[in-house]
Amino acid sequence: MVFSLLLTGCSLVGQGSNPIDPKASVAEEQYGLILLSIGIMILVVIVVFVLYFYAIVRYRRKPGDDSIPKQVEGSHKLEIIWTVIPMILLLILAVPSVALTFSQDEDYSEDPEVIQIKATGHQFWWEFEYSDLGIYTAQDLVLPVNQRVQFQLTSSDVIHSFWIPAMGGKMDTNPGMTNKMYLDTPAEPGVLKGKCAEFCGESHALMDFKVVILSEEDYNAWVTSMQTPATTVDADVSSGEELFKQNCMSCHAVEAGFPGLGPNLTGFADREVVAGYLEMTDDNIFEWIKNPEQFKGETVEMPAIPLDDNQYHDIVKYLKTLKLE
Amino acid sequence: MDWLTTVDHKKIGILYFAAGGFFFIVGGIEALLIRLQLMFPMGANGESWFLDGQTYNEIMTMHGTTMIFLAAMPLIFGLMNAVVPLQIGARDVAFPFLNSLGFWTFFFGGVLLNISWFTGTVPDIGWTAYAPLSGEEFSGTGSDYYAIGLQIAGIGTLVGGINFLVTIINMRAPGMTFMRMPLFTWTSFITSGIILFAFPALAVGLIYISFDRLFDANFFVTATGGNAVLWEHIFWIFGHPEVYILILPAFGAISEVLPTFARKRLFGYSSMVFATALIGFLSFMVWAHHMFTVGMGDIANALFGVATMLIAIPTGIKVFNWLFTIWGGNIQFTTAMLYATSFIPTFVMGGVTGVMLAIPPADFQFHDSYFVVAHFHYVIVGGIVLSLLAAVYYWWPKMFGRMLNETLGKWSFWLFFIGFHLTFFIQHFLGLWGMPRRVFTYLPNQGWDTANFVSTIGAFFMAAGVIVILINVIISIKGPKAPADPWDGRTLEWSIPSPSPEYNFKQLPLVRGLDAFWLEKMDGKKEMTPAEPLGPIHMPSPSILPFFMSLGLFIAGFGFMYRGYEFESMFINNLFGNNIIAISGLAITFVCMFLRSVYDDHGYHIEVEELQKEG
Ligand code: HEM
Ligand SMILES: [Cu+2]
Repeated sequence: MVFSLLLTGCSLVGQGSNPIDPKASVAEEQYGLILLSIGIMILVVIVVFVLYFYAIVRYRRKPGDDSIPKQVEGSHKLEIIWTVIPMILLLILAVPSVALTFSQDEDYSEDPEVIQIKATGHQFWWEFEYSDLGIYTAQDLVLPVNQRVQFQLTSSDVIHSFWIPAMGGKMDTNPGMTNKMYLDTPAEPGVLKGKCAEFCGESHALMDFKVVILSEEDYNAWVTSMQTPATTVDADVSSGEELFKQNCMSCHAVEAGFPGLGPNLTGFADREVVAGYLEMTDDNIFEWIKNPEQFKGETVEMPAIPLDDNQYHDIVKYLKTLKLE
Repeated sequence: MDWLTTVDHKKIGILYFAAGGFFFIVGGIEALLIRLQLMFPMGANGESWFLDGQTYNEIMTMHGTTMIFLAAMPLIFGLMNAVVPLQIGARDVAFPFLNSLGFWTFFFGGVLLNISWFTGTVPDIGWTAYAPLSGEEFSGTGSDYYAIGLQIAGIGTLVGGINFLVTIINMRAPGMTFMRMPLFTWTSFITSGIILFAFPALAVGLIYISFDRLFDANFFVTATGGNAVLWEHIFWIFGHPEVYILILPAFGAISEVLPTFARKRLFGYSSMVFATALIGFLSFMVWAHHMFTVGMGDIANALFGVATMLIAIPTGIKVFNWLFTIWGGNIQFTTAMLYATSFIPTFVMGGVTGVMLAIPPADFQFHDSYFVVAHFHYVIVGGIVLSLLAAVYYWWPKMFGRMLNETLGKWSFWLFFIGFHLTFFIQHFLGLWGMPRRVFTYLPNQGWDTANFVSTIGAFFMAAGVIVILINVIISIKGPKAPADPWDGRTLEWSIPSPSPEYNFKQLPLVRGLDAFWLEKMDGKKEMTPAEPLGPIHMPSPSILPFFMSLGLFIAGFGFMYRGYEFESMFINNLFGNNIIAISGLAITFVCMFLRSVYDDHGYHIEVEELQKEG
């Protein structure tokens, strides 16, 4: 199966949500600078600590010693030393920093070789639009290995920040503006963690997403099946489907070609998580539909749907059929 | 009653200490709640073990806001009030009435902010209050408490800053040239200068927020053409200088305590002054390093990154000068000195992570992670708070005329110091492991669980340290009386009795150089040479007007906040809806201003006979 990987690799956490365990080039370059700066800073700290501990041990007052030490005004030579040496250290740090600041700000929006993704932050979920493919997804960002991806970042409400630590640093999504940032994908398939990094309200902490990295082949298959989702529905979930149409369709599309007020649910049953962070279990889906507020608080944009438990179960059953292929 | 009307800088200093200390405890309790919540990750079904997201966000917001504006600022101002006039050999600040006004506006602003706990609409937008989250659409009345509370408190700070600028320029004793001023006075001077330029930016920003929220203006509302990023710029144009407003007097206090207990002159005095001025200047050039991820582009990021790195140079100059001050000294480890010496390595650790954050591509990873939380707590707690505690133990005898207990002092130091590093060192790693800040919970098994647990334990050590300090303060009421010069001090404040008389100096002293009192002592004298004959001393009269002026603003604040609110009672609705409350509040303030303007108060004199009687 194409998605066996998703099933076996399924973990809530995802590997590599970690800036110092970089999985792709942008994060690796940034990690290089982090290491360089830690190195220089440890050097500085050691010098200070050695002088410091020597001074406080060597010059502590001995009992009965009431002497007055020599009153030294200062020393020009020393002042010059501790002005010039830090300047040199900073220069060593500044040059690669500035170089990388410029090179990582490159814009690949017009490059046909590069995957174009428009990522939009919403309180409290992520929407991804594959601009060249006409596909929308939510919560799971699916990408192929070894590819450059150009992101266009924006927000529909407050400021969020788009962050996939293992692939690179973050960039804010500002309402009414579009920020650009490119990232490269890892060489190996896997699931990475992404998150919102700018405080965006009540459930900011829960605004996670998953980055699913597929092999070239799997990715192409995924794109094809997204573009032609299964339309036949098993008879035994037709009541669930009906309820979904009546109560949920106004916000959630189940075809990849449409955005929506809420997350697009195409291929929902293949997803890693519910609501970006909950384990994909029937219970969690059930509880979520019944009362989203118990998870994402009062400001969550999805209303509780007033149905009875059996009807929730029907909807859950229907949602579980939303698999690709 | 005396305390409500006082215009004496020493009493106002004590008021600042009391209020700042109180808010420090409040903010500390909030910090403990935060750490308690983060002690454990979320449960298997996403449940939080202690606080829900909304409550956590409120506590987190109030913790930051309280600590910066209501604890650190007033404690710094308390210290400046208690020390600066004495250090420059003055009888008071330049504008005693204004001094009192500054305190009361700060106090009422702080009270207003905290009343939100009782009305149930607490600010929940982070201490940075980013738009549009802080706008009408995404947050409730809590944001009004934030904007209006800080607006009123900010008036106090601005007024205080101007007062100290004028005081230090005009009121120095004969012979006290600028280059003979003690370093604490110097740093207070430069801090006041920064306040003069930084606080108006905050005031303007808060007015914009309030206008957006209360009168439907469009400064930050994106949907109608406003710009959300504009607030970030305004906030940090104020906010970055703000951290230097806090740290410079802390540097100053360290520069007083180290020489005293090392019995050695401050090493490189003039380069210390120069470095302070340079830091003050650069503090206005680096605000956008808080905004690398906003999307300003490579050029702006590179410039602000390099400018930020430059601050490390004057900061490094200071650190090495401190090291060489104690080098070759005869160091006595009193509690004050323990705090002051431990400041050096701790602050350096906070400084070096600051330089790391100044690298834009690296900051893309660090930003809004626990690495930043670790960084600014190292500079704020490890820097400002450690130095404030050094200052408190050092100047306490002068302020209150009583000694603090040294044994308890050392206990408090070790508890606090160990607790501090236990809490915050590990947070560097949490940041490097990808933990974002301002999260009320986190998924288990990401490798963050143990570190968070350890961090919380550390917080309880710090709390224990603070409790010991409180005990020490309470028993000092009955503690041994302080001599005039308990530490063999070097500067003018130690040449007068503890606590100092209300007129400070019976005769203004003649200053013959840096460390004026030390110079006299080295010449075998016991006191300063007077620069004037004994004569009657003019004193300002106490006044209740500052209290009522601030109370008026406080009432007006409520009036504006609730003008659009639907109350159940028609009567109350009308009072607020028709701006009657707001206007009455402002009226109280203006009437007081009017009274102050028309009523000529010449103060009074303390006559020579009285002065002689007191000794
Ligand atoms: C060598 C000196 C310093 C440097 C180079 C420096 C640099 C930085 C940088 C680049 C940031 C932005 C980090 C980010 O948000 O990604 C930052 C954050 C911060 N710094 Fe500093 N800093 C220094 C000293 C100080 C001092 C003295 C204080 C306080 C007294 C301070 C308080 C803060 C605070 C509160 C933040 C976090 C603001 C927030 O995001 O809410 N820093 N610093
Ligand atoms: Cu967000």
